[in-house]
Amino acid sequence: MPEQPPAATGPAPRTPDPTAAPLLSVHGVVKSFAGVQALRGVDFSLLPGSIHALVGENGAGKSTFIKVLTGVHAADAGEVRFLGEPVSFSRPSDAQDAGISTMYQEINLVPLLTVAQNIYLGREPRRFGLVDTRELNRQAAALVERLGIEVDVRAQLGTLGLGVQQMVALARAVSVDARVVIMDEPTSSLEVREVETLFGVARTLADSGVGLVFVSHRLDELWALCDSVTVLRDGRVVHTGSMQALDRVGLVSLMLGRDASDVEHGGTTDFGESHARSGEPVLDVSGVSVTNRLRDVALTAHPGEVVGLGGLLGSGRSETLKAIYGDLATTSASVTVQGHAVRHGSVGRALRAGIALLSEDRKAEGIIPDLSVRDNIALAVLPRMSRAGFISESRVDALVETFMRRLKIKASSPAQKVRELSGGNQQKVLLARWLATEPKVFLLDEPTRGIDVGAKREVQGLIDELAGQGLAVVLVSSEMDELVEGSDRVVVLHDGSVASELDGDRLTSAQLLRALAGGTPAETTSAGTGGAERG
Amino acid sequence: MAEQTVTPAAAAAPPAEPAPPARSRFRLDGAFFRDNGVYLALVVLVVVNLVITPHFATTGSLRLQLVQVAPIIVVSLGMALVIGTGGIDLSVGAVMAMTAAVIPLYLGYGFIGALLAGLVAGLVSGLLAGTVISRVRVQPIIATLAIMVGGRGIANIVGGEIKSIRNDGFRELGSGSVAGIPWVVLVAVVVIVAVWVLMTRTTFGRYLMAIGGNARAAELAGLPVARVLTTVYVLSGLLAALAGVLLVARNQASDPTRLGQLVELTAITAVVVGGTSLSGGQVRVLGTVAGALLMQLITFTLVAHDITNSVAQMVQAVIVVLAVYAQVGTRMRRRSRA
Repeated sequence: MPEQPPAATGPAPRTPDPTAAPLLSVHGVVKSFAGVQALRGVDFSLLPGSIHALVGENGAGKSTFIKVLTGVHAADAGEVRFLGEPVSFSRPSDAQDAGISTMYQEINLVPLLTVAQNIYLGREPRRFGLVDTRELNRQAAALVERLGIEVDVRAQLGTLGLGVQQMVALARAVSVDARVVIMDEPTSSLEVREVETLFGVARTLADSGVGLVFVSHRLDELWALCDSVTVLRDGRVVHTGSMQALDRVGLVSLMLGRDASDVEHGGTTDFGESHARSGEPVLDVSGVSVTNRLRDVALTAHPGEVVGLGGLLGSGRSETLKAIYGDLATTSASVTVQGHAVRHGSVGRALRAGIALLSEDRKAEGIIPDLSVRDNIALAVLPRMSRAGFISESRVDALVETFMRRLKIKASSPAQKVRELSGGNQQKVLLARWLATEPKVFLLDEPTRGIDVGAKREVQGLIDELAGQGLAVVLVSSEMDELVEGSDRVVVLHDGSVASELDGDRLTSAQLLRALAGGTPAETTSAGTGGAERG
Repeated sequence: MAEQTVTPAAAAAPPAEPAPPARSRFRLDGAFFRDNGVYLALVVLVVVNLVITPHFATTGSLRLQLVQVAPIIVVSLGMALVIGTGGIDLSVGAVMAMTAAVIPLYLGYGFIGALLAGLVAGLVSGLLAGTVISRVRVQPIIATLAIMVGGRGIANIVGGEIKSIRNDGFRELGSGSVAGIPWVVLVAVVVIVAVWVLMTRTTFGRYLMAIGGNARAAELAGLPVARVLTTVYVLSGLLAALAGVLLVARNQASDPTRLGQLVELTAITAVVVGGTSLSGGQVRVLGTVAGALLMQLITFTLVAHDITNSVAQMVQAVIVVLAVYAQVGTRMRRRSRA
């Protein structure tokens, strides 16, 4: 088992002095929301001068942990010591005043103000009660020079590139005399060169004794920047130790909770045997590119086939589905359904061609909360259920009754508002909405996330049944069991392009794990194609 | 009649297994008052007036009330559609003024010609607002604010001074009646029925609520979001123009400078007091009608008892705050329960 007691692991970090007193030490932090445990006893320690990677898949508890450290949430139990003293911040500004700064994925700055004004926003040097602009610019210029950032502090922030803006955000985080800087996915919208500059600044900071916590879903960056690593899974620390002592496969198996030697079929899903695939592909996708997100993704699906789409967080799985569905602007794409080309960039055309997409975010992109179960199910097929714009209520009732029975949707009546249903039943309502369109290709983005075990098995059973009836399914899932057991074939994405494909005997948990980590021969063939490869 | 939402009650299929409980329709909680408070308040106010106001229950008095409120109801229903999408239409007063300005210019083409010209003014204005909002994605409050200011200016340039209208058609529409019911009231009733049918029986109504409830989901479901939004503002413009026609007919005069001033606020008030949420996703047609009636009756009651209009306005303000509080309050309670 990969589980290790956190205190007794790993060799000492390289750069930082292991004997120094830790800046931050956290013991047994617990946090739950409405009965769901997000953190189940987290221990963590950050040394001065260390750049510490915090790693975990969706739902592992990373964000919650950061929010506890920075005073956004209060821990239910456990202790946070900062500079040896127990602390309990009730507001983000308390943490910042104490010396813990955070920079987020989205830049939290004011585009219309200058660089200097942004860095010292709320803490401007004053003279006779008014802002001393000259002193402001002088301090800001000194700070950016010390950090090695090349920027005119009087320039308006919004006119600068994203990378420079991110650097300014870092300068702001440091300007409060921070002893700890938490960087939450700072690189997700940066170009390669900008990432390198940001790393340079981060190293400068670490050399001056600041401790950094670094979160990124680009695995390569972890080895390039960090000296130590803590892996979270299901709200627990499953590993902590030196970065260099871990390899990619080791790290990914810790994140996913799978040992590389674990090849047994888990049998935890409700999927049956593989499906007979027949004839020509019903969906043929090639050359899908989206700026900074996808490079030349290709995919086919045959009638009756479930094609898994695997990849780590940020590898471009959802983007691929959205690009096929016409919801994401592509720089190039070729999508054909049963040999007919579908013009890209239009959801309506994709739907009419027989493509349906179940979105990952049920609340934001799926349900209409205040409409009834009935109206939610019929939403996409109303034109078929109406004449001259007037809805035939009897036809809608018949359709809704069929699907509520077939998918066993539990609601007090079809008129019940969908908001009042459980997550699993909401998901079934959405599945019904899309099945009512009689799709030829069904794109499913995390169809079982956030629903209870019973509903999960029902949804998995349904996917099987649909494929058995000749539907082509593309399945995105973060759960390895679901991908391995549910799919006939798995296409693995890595950093926005197809890294490998597994089928038949090669479709095992161990092989998938290796492919997810990016350690397959296929990677060398794709490495030369992209213009924006990252180091 | 209590109106839960305008979703038609579906034929209830018996659930096979125990289901999460739906909110009871007849519980006396905050949600009940939010959904039905406007009807209760209306009934209470009518009863109070029957007791304290002399000559309230005479045909002449009731007739006057209805004739006065009819144009407000017409504008408010257009506003309710817009608010149902999560938007707002501040241009309705200016549209009424433009309609009033256009009518005298086309009286030479007779009653029908002038009427159509007035409606076209509303259609063009609504089309402009709707296109700018749905295609260029300008915020509704900004786009319609521009028309509110600019449209009034156009009306003054085109129409200018107050003009009296001498036309048999407009006189009949303004002061005539059939079977004892004023034409103005009949027009309002037809509009109420039409909007109710639109919201309960057509794909358009269903799309409107879906877009107001979750625009992103509606887009992913392949709905014609931009087309529906544009149409909603066109309808609001048309209904405002119709209200302008009714007022011109009743006054036997066109006064572009003053007609429809602050009507946008009266209409928003009627919609909100009627229980429609400003965040969109539902349209309460009967609630809006009751909201307009309630505000009218409050003003009448106070004025009938020699309380000045200024005080009436203050009372209206209190009612609006109470209505919004009822909505926000129930929503917060619901959230804390979840």
